[in-house]
Formats: sequence, C-alpha cells, structure tokens
Amino acid sequence: MNDRLDCSKESVAVSLTRKDFESEQDVRWCPGCGDYSLLAQIQKLLPQLGIARENFAFVSGIGCSSRFPYYMDTYGMHAIHGRAPAVASGLKLARPELSVWVVTGDGDALAIGGNHFIHAIRRNIGLKIVLLNNRIYGLTKGQFSPTTELGEKTKTSPYGNIDRPFSAAALALGAGATFVARVVDTDLAQLGPILARAAAHPGTAFVEVLQNCIVFNDGAYAALTDKKQRDELRLVLEHGQPLRFGSNGERGIRLAGLRPEIVSVAGAPGVPEGEGVALSELAVHDESDPHGSLAFLLAQFAAPEFPLPLGIFRAVAAPAFEDMNAAIEDTARQQRGAGDLASLLAGGDTWTVA
Amino acid sequence: MSGNEQVATEPPGALAPPERHVEELERVVIRFVGDSGDGMQLTGSEFSRVIARAGNAFATHPDYPSEIRAPTGTLFGVSGFQIQFAANRVFTSGDAPDVLVAMNPAALKTNLGELARGSVLLVNSGAFTAANLARAGYASNPLEDGSLDSYRLIAVDISLLTARALAGSGLSKKEADRCKNYFALGLMLCLFGRPIEGEIADVAERFAHIPRFAEANVTALRAGYGFAEASELFASTFEVRAAPPQPGTYRSITGNQATALGFVAASELSATPLFLGSYPITPATDILHELTTLRNFNITTFQAEDEIAGICSAIGAAWGGHLALTTTSGPGMALKTEALGLVTMLELPLVIVNVQRAGPSTGLPTKTEQADLLQALYGRHGECPIPVIAARSPADCFDAALEACRIAVKYMTPVILLTDGGIANAAEPWRVPDVASLPRIEVKYRTEADGFAPYARDEFLARPWVTPGTPGMEHRIGGLEKDFLSGNLSHDAQNHQRMVEVRAAKVAGIAAELPPLVVDGPDAGELLVVGWGSTWGAIAEARRQAEAAGIAVAHLHLRHLNPLPADLDEILARYRTILVPELNLGQLSRLLRERCLREVQTLHKVQGRPFRVSEILARIKAISAGAEHE
Repeated sequence: MNDRLDCSKESVAVSLTRKDFESEQDVRWCPGCGDYSLLAQIQKLLPQLGIARENFAFVSGIGCSSRFPYYMDTYGMHAIHGRAPAVASGLKLARPELSVWVVTGDGDALAIGGNHFIHAIRRNIGLKIVLLNNRIYGLTKGQFSPTTELGEKTKTSPYGNIDRPFSAAALALGAGATFVARVVDTDLAQLGPILARAAAHPGTAFVEVLQNCIVFNDGAYAALTDKKQRDELRLVLEHGQPLRFGSNGERGIRLAGLRPEIVSVAGAPGVPEGEGVALSELAVHDESDPHGSLAFLLAQFAAPEFPLPLGIFRAVAAPAFEDMNAAIEDTARQQRGAGDLASLLAGGDTWTVA
Repeated sequence: MSGNEQVATEPPGALAPPERHVEELERVVIRFVGDSGDGMQLTGSEFSRVIARAGNAFATHPDYPSEIRAPTGTLFGVSGFQIQFAANRVFTSGDAPDVLVAMNPAALKTNLGELARGSVLLVNSGAFTAANLARAGYASNPLEDGSLDSYRLIAVDISLLTARALAGSGLSKKEADRCKNYFALGLMLCLFGRPIEGEIADVAERFAHIPRFAEANVTALRAGYGFAEASELFASTFEVRAAPPQPGTYRSITGNQATALGFVAASELSATPLFLGSYPITPATDILHELTTLRNFNITTFQAEDEIAGICSAIGAAWGGHLALTTTSGPGMALKTEALGLVTMLELPLVIVNVQRAGPSTGLPTKTEQADLLQALYGRHGECPIPVIAARSPADCFDAALEACRIAVKYMTPVILLTDGGIANAAEPWRVPDVASLPRIEVKYRTEADGFAPYARDEFLARPWVTPGTPGMEHRIGGLEKDFLSGNLSHDAQNHQRMVEVRAAKVAGIAAELPPLVVDGPDAGELLVVGWGSTWGAIAEARRQAEAAGIAVAHLHLRHLNPLPADLDEILARYRTILVPELNLGQLSRLLRERCLREVQTLHKVQGRPFRVSEILARIKAISAGAEHE
C-alpha cells in the first residue's frame, strides 16, 4: 500500500452527528418512499461507528435506490446498472481500510447485476450491500422485477407475471453469504440494529430491506406492516430462540426431518388446553450455524404457506477476501523478495552485447 | 546441402562425423509444425533462446489452433512456430520458411504449400503411418510417392529414434513419445551449428520439478544432436553470423510480457500501486498471468467474474488512487463499452488493453487482426472520446504501456492500448532499459480542501484526482451529467453541451504535446506507406527491400491513433500516393481520408495472419510502376 493512500483511522477523534452525513443535495425520491427510512437510519448509524467520515464510500448502480450516494455527505459513486458490487470490490481491494457500502435494488442487484452480486458474496469481500426490494422497477415506471410475485399485473405483465420470483436471501445464502438479514423499511426498531450488525461484520454483509414503492407497487408489503395482521404473517428471527409467531407467540415452526411445519404452541394464550406441541419441539434459530441449512430453509419461506422471516438469517465468521489478498502479497514478498524493477526487467534469459 | 532424399531410422556407426560443408546465410526462416500436442511452441521458443544467446537478431510468430488438444493427426490440430533470424535487424518472422520441420502428415499437408521448391524439409517419417496419412487425407505416402522430389527432403524416424534413446528410462511409451520434440530440437541445433550445452541446462531447469522428465528430455535432445552430427543426413550445415547490435543487456520478450513489464515500470516510476481487473480471454490472458506472479511488487490483480467486472473493479481501484488497468480482447472489449462511458464521465485514469484477435464474435481467437481500431475510437454510446495508442512490435509494448499510463494520469482519462495476437505471442530481442533512464510519471492526488471543486480543471483540462479517505473533500461522482465545476448532478442544457465539448477538447488537446512524427525514407515524393500497430515490421522490411531495389518509398508509423498527431496532414501532403496496409478492411485508411480529405490506397488482409513482406513490397512496386490498383 502506498503511504500516501494509507488514511489512518486515528483521525476519527471528532465526534460526528447525523447532520455530518447529510449532503446538500435535495432528496428526490417520491414523498412517502421507503428509501427515506433507510437514508435516515444510515445517517443515524454512521456517526456511531467510530469511523472518520472521509473513510466511508457509498457505491450504487442504477434505479431509485441507487440515487442514495448523492444524499450522503461521504465519498460516493453513482455507477452503472448492476455493476456497483464490481466497482466497490475494486475500491475495497485498493483501499481495504475504507468502509465501503453498496446500495442497490431488486432490479439492479438481482437482474442486470446478478452476476456481480453473487460473486461479491461468494468471495466474502468486505462490502455492506443493502438491497431496497420494492418488487418493481420504479425508475422506469412499473415493470416487473425479479422479485415481483407470480400473477402480479405490471406494465410488462398486463396478464399477470409469469416470472417466478427470487428470494434474495436464499440467493445470497446459496452464494455462500456469511451475513444475511431481512428487514421491513418502516420497522425502525429492527432496521437500525441490523444495519449496525452489518456494519460490524467482516466480509460481505447483505441486508434486504423490504421497501414500499408508493407509486408503482404501493401496498406490496401492506399486510406485512398492518398492525392487525402482521404478527400472523411475519416470523421474527432471534438467535437462540424458538421460531414463534402470532400476536401471542401461539404458533411456531417445527421440523419434520427437512420439512418445516406450522404448529400451535402448547400453553400459549389462545391455544386450547391439551392442544399444541411443547415449546421444546420448535426449531431454534441459530444464525451462527456453520452449515446454514436452517437459514436456507427459512429464506425460502413465503406467503401464503409460511410467515415471512425477518431478522438475521445468518452471521458466521469467515476470512474476508481483502485480508486474504493482503496475505498473498506477504507470501509473494516472502517467496520473491520485495519487487525490484531493475532486476525484473533484466530477468529471464539475458545476454550481453559488449 | 545436397538435394538427395533419404529416409533414415538407424543411427550410423560410431565413426568419425562426416565432413560437411558450411553454408553461410544472411538470414533464415524456420517453421516448426506438428500436432498441437507435439510441443512445437516449446520447441520453437527453446530454439529462439539458443538463437538469442548467440546474439542473432530474430522475430518469431506462433500459430496455434484454438483447441487445446485437437484430435491427434488432424489438419485442424496443426500447431506451428516460425522464427526468422539474421545477423542483424529482423523486422518480421519471415514470409515463407526456408526450412520446414514437419512432425506428421497433417503438418506437412497444411504447410507444404508455403515452402519454396528446393527448400529444406525435415520430417518425422515415423508419424507417416497409414492412419495418420488417412487423417491428413493423403491417398499415398508423400515420402515415398515422389511428390516431394523438388524439396531437400530429410526424413528421420524421430518417433522411433526417440523411443530407442529412452528405452530403459522407465518412461511409458506415451511419455517417451512426448520427448520427440527435443529430439527434433537437437537435430536443428546441429543443422545450424549451435552448441547444446546451454539448452541442456535450460531443460534441466524447466523440468526441475519432475527430474525424470528433465533427464528424458535431455537424453532426447542429445540423441537428436548426436544423430545429426554422426549421420550423413546433413551434407552441409548452416551458419548465420551474428553482428552485435547496440551494446547492452538483451533478453527475448513477447508482446504480452513487455506489456506487463511496462505497467510494472509505470507503477514504480509513478510510485503508484498497480491494479489489474481482468477476465481470462485469448490472447490477452498472459498479461494477467505475468502480473499475478509479480504480487511482490505494489500490484493487486483481480480475476473478475466477467469482463464487465474486470473494468468496473479497475474503475473502483482508480477511484481509490491506484494506477488501474483492465486487459482483454475484442469480444471482451465489447462487453466493457458501457463502463468506458462511465469512466469517461468520471474522468478517472484507466488503461484498457485490447490484444486484438480476428473477429467478429469468437472469430479466429488464436489468430491476429487489427480490426478493432474503429471500435476503440468510436464503439461507445454518446460523445465519448478516449485516447487510443498502439504498439508496433513485441518489445515496443513496453514503451506503449508506459505511454498509455502517462496520458491516463496526466489527463485523468481512460486510454485504450491496442496490441494484437501477432505481437502478443511473438518474441524478439529487447535491450533492457536502464531504470534510471526511464521517465518518471507524475501522479498527484489533491489533498488541499481549500478551493476544491471536483471538476475544476488544470491547463490540460484534467480534473483533480481526489481519493476516498481524503479529509474534508467528500463528494459524489457518477454517470449522470454533472455541473461544470461542482460535479453535482446537472440536467442543464447549456451545461451538458459545455461538458461534452470540454471532454472532447481535453482528449484533442493531447495532440499538442506529441513529439514530431518521424518518417523513414525520403521526406517527400511519390509514395508514403502509413501503418499502425503490428504491421510495422513488415512495412519496414518492405521499405528496406524496395529501397535496395531502387524504389524511393517512405514509411510513417503511427503510435497515437486518437488524437492523431498535429503534423500528420502536413506530412501526408508531401507525397503523391498514400498506401495503408492494414489487417482489416481499411480502418486507418478511413480515418486518414476523413482527416486529410484526400484519397489513400488500402492494402488489406484479413486471414488471421500478419502481412508478408512480399505482399507489401509487391504493392509498392506496382505503385512505383504506375500501375492502377483497387
């Protein structure tokens, strides 16, 4: 690493506030867009991380979500459609001391940028990837995306969508992700802490934010956020806790081999005496399970059959790509000595003419 | 050498070597051809090393199929390696071979057409089995049916003699058979009067990790050499004297090696870490191989998931302050073009190397062409000017890489460096430069926050390079049009025009600092041959031969294709006829016509092969004779 590029973290001493991370740009998302919530939470989180403001970099692709870097008073790049993980990977390799964030959307990350998304995750490079999933193409005004549900009518699926949707979390886990979480944009109690966990995770941290597009797909998550219904439709993941849902925790997930089933929890309010299964029979969430098979199973839960899991699916330790890359440099120097240009140029099979 | 044809399988008795006549030659072209599994590339490059050590000038041209191991004995599986060497100055690997070494019938069939009658033809008769003859489509054995009577045929059962030499070595029949290229190399070293000691040491080193192969290959090499020395096959041997060139240390170098070393040098000379983001593609991958092994320098290499990530990761690294590059060939270049638009908007330094190959699409992936020139200049969306430079020979790739980096960081711009499959894999001697004599490359990152504006420009219209991590200068860049000064988003109509024009003016302004063009030959007159890239050697040699034949012809070779040098118009105006030989359908010709508003003649070739000197010379002679063409 060139000395001139080595910005030390020691310059952090000044205490930063949320205001320090607000750029002068007018925010141009539609009023009521779920993206505002993420912006506010990130601006709130960053001052708490003990990282100097100049050492943050936000990289995005194309789409509504990708306007994000303009609104952050950090270093930022609004790149091209789907390629943010690739740009960010180059930056992180060049400057591993920086805190590099990718803000993306369901079209950007999962359609045009699917390849970069899975390979960044596969390498476990130290990027924080936040995907705002509104299940629609917003910036191009309403076409179906890779997460639009079957049957949905959009501008390009007037007779109903026939493209089966991805589970972004399952895709990330399939690519070997070491940190995967899902959260609803309006759930501030969960969003902040999950972003903080992602920020602290070495390697790739992937956070899917279920975000409401108020113009082209309004209400996509209405049931999930409706106070009357939501407890029946969401499964909040808590490490070390049994998988329970319902307003009184009266239902739970039990595994019959590899097949999950919904059961009533004996003794919970509303469960008739003598019915239900013992709490001890429920599957217990373990985000640190090295095999991650429960996480993968949960990532495929979808309505109407199952409640939608929210929270941290997986958080396991694994070597970060940039650290392994630095180790390669050390190995090369040990094996070959520090590089010397003159001897390199005069290397190989030489002969001298007097 | 006598014209007698012989077929030998038996080594002669251990008598004194027959006396031989030594034929002295000014220059020789040898072509080694065999099955793609026969090791012809290795044989050729080993022979080149021996030639190099003796101080001869040389140039090589490998010609191999895209299949790694095509079915044995087939016409499409033939792999070749050609070398021309001489006392001094060799411009090309030669037109047609003077000596053809053919390891099987398919190799003979596909190459015999280019061998002049009376030339030396060395064949491995052991491979001329009924099955191989049938695979090559021979109805009868050409070694026996008299069809080769007009060549100086030397038929040696290399397969059998190699097997005998290795009997008792413990190698399997198949393993032993794979050593026959070293037997052939031994024969050739004897024929050209070269010592084998250095080569023995090389083989031992090359195969040091598998001692039994090292031993077997040395045995085969010695056996070949000894066989040639003792037998009466060669009635004469050849000598090509070496006339020492400029004093110094020399090495043999391929274009891809020189490109890689050029970038390492640029990194060291600018004290800036190097970053290569790349995806494997023939014939560019060797640059990635080279730089990946040099991680003990200030180098990061990243094998990306695709061509797009190759360039995008490099853009990220350039933003982070690294001297960033991506390497590819034509189809990969096509995939990178969206990102070229981005980096043009970002105004970050980046070098994109296109080792051109014959296209379009997969085309002839292992063969050469120069057909990506217009793509380099224009193949993008929007008004997207990017400087383009080209290397003209393997060793010249070093200087071209340095120049590309210099322009990139000085002007804060992407730069496209064009080489091609012809010079990427070809080798020639390179006089190793003294590091102290190489020009420094100035890189400055802006760290002064006072008065900072992301798109303020210096006298070269370059904007400041500010890397993330610099306190007090946080700002946003991106692909959307930006304000002329602040770099903030701007959809203002006048601002867009201003930005489009300033990006164009910045690149056009590079012409002002280019050194004066140098013309070889008369500085005015009837004919100027204008070339770019790898055609340099063939044009230079054709010019030399034309001059020797009393024809006055000048040669101008362009390094910078965008912007074109400022003195180009004036030079072209001094000649009545302009001839542009190109390995495409006339791309530079088109640029010159547009630039100078005059007619130029194109000599085009798109066969996946470099020009022969004779092809260019014939056109020069025709023009000189006043003949009308095209």
